[in-house]
Amino acid sequence: MLAALASLLLCQLAGEAIVRAATLPVPGPVVGMMLLFLLMLLRAPLPKETGDTAEELLKHLSLLFVPAGVGVVQNISLLGDTGLRLLAVVVLGTVIALTVTALTFAGVARLMRIDDAAPNDDAMR
Amino acid sequence: MTDLVNLWVYLSGSPLLWLTATLTAYVVAEAISAACKRHPLANPVLIAVVLVSGLLLASGTPYPAYFAGAQFVHFLLGPATVALAVPLVRHLPQVRRALVPMLVALAAGSFTAIASAVLLARAFGLDRAAMLALAPKSSTAAIAMGIAEKTGGDPALTAVLVVLTGISGAIIVTPLMNALRLKNYAARGFAAGLASHGIGTARAFQVSPLAGTFAGIALGLNGLLTALLVPVLLRWLVD
Repeated sequence: MLAALASLLLCQLAGEAIVRAATLPVPGPVVGMMLLFLLMLLRAPLPKETGDTAEELLKHLSLLFVPAGVGVVQNISLLGDTGLRLLAVVVLGTVIALTVTALTFAGVARLMRIDDAAPNDDAMR
Repeated sequence: MTDLVNLWVYLSGSPLLWLTATLTAYVVAEAISAACKRHPLANPVLIAVVLVSGLLLASGTPYPAYFAGAQFVHFLLGPATVALAVPLVRHLPQVRRALVPMLVALAAGSFTAIASAVLLARAFGLDRAAMLALAPKSSTAAIAMGIAEKTGGDPALTAVLVVLTGISGAIIVTPLMNALRLKNYAARGFAAGLASHGIGTARAFQVSPLAGTFAGIALGLNGLLTALLVPVLLRWLVD
């Protein structure tokens, strides 16, 4: 697990370095993800538990948003007296964005006759 | 009593207390979410945030003191983003097959997320400052705050709206997709990641690894596209 964590951090560090050096408008960890993706595709000799450690971390992705969420509660006064209307825009806008995105994806997939993916096809891996 | 006060003074000065509180609140929130059979309203982020905020309020703890402990959890967002490469590689055949639907949905979704936020804000009579802060709300917080800074919006307000968007999407996505009778879990996950970034992605991983994978891709791609589209669309929709 430690070696796997170190390899994730090394990718992030390299990502941050690349972003700084090339002044890219992308967060460092995103470049780090691309690096790990390339390394895995090229079958680089990564610690063998990298996959399991990564999936364990992603299983608890919700936890990682708790500090930011608490920050929002502390800053809720920023919404001011327009708070309810802002919240309405957020909720309605999210419903619209979710609907358009999902229906477009599924519609194009159907037109191209790409099989609908089942919820749990992990037997395939 | 003074012993208790001394203990509190000691504990509240070290990161241990609030790190422990954050993890414990999440464990409790997870248990509640599991007991509710993963009902979308029993969102673990929302429950844990409410629990911790209650503790902070009751103890009169300021946010910087809380964050001194919670930063260790917050820090893991970086390695977790890197970790998204793993499900991407594991589901590569499905991802490759869905490349065209993905790119079309990315363009349509990214445009819709920005335009709907700005137009709804106008319909509700909100001012220009609110529109600028709302426009990048579907992208991940770091990118959204950067966009707001560039367009003259308030990054702090944007961060609040981004997190609210994430929690709303995570709660809404399952009932909405069921109402639409959409059984394509790649499409459902992609929509969750696009419309509500990391918090939507966390929800998608709760539903299935495949949905989570597509959510992760959408989160990354929409971050990039939103940064490109917001300045253009704002000029067109606001000015």
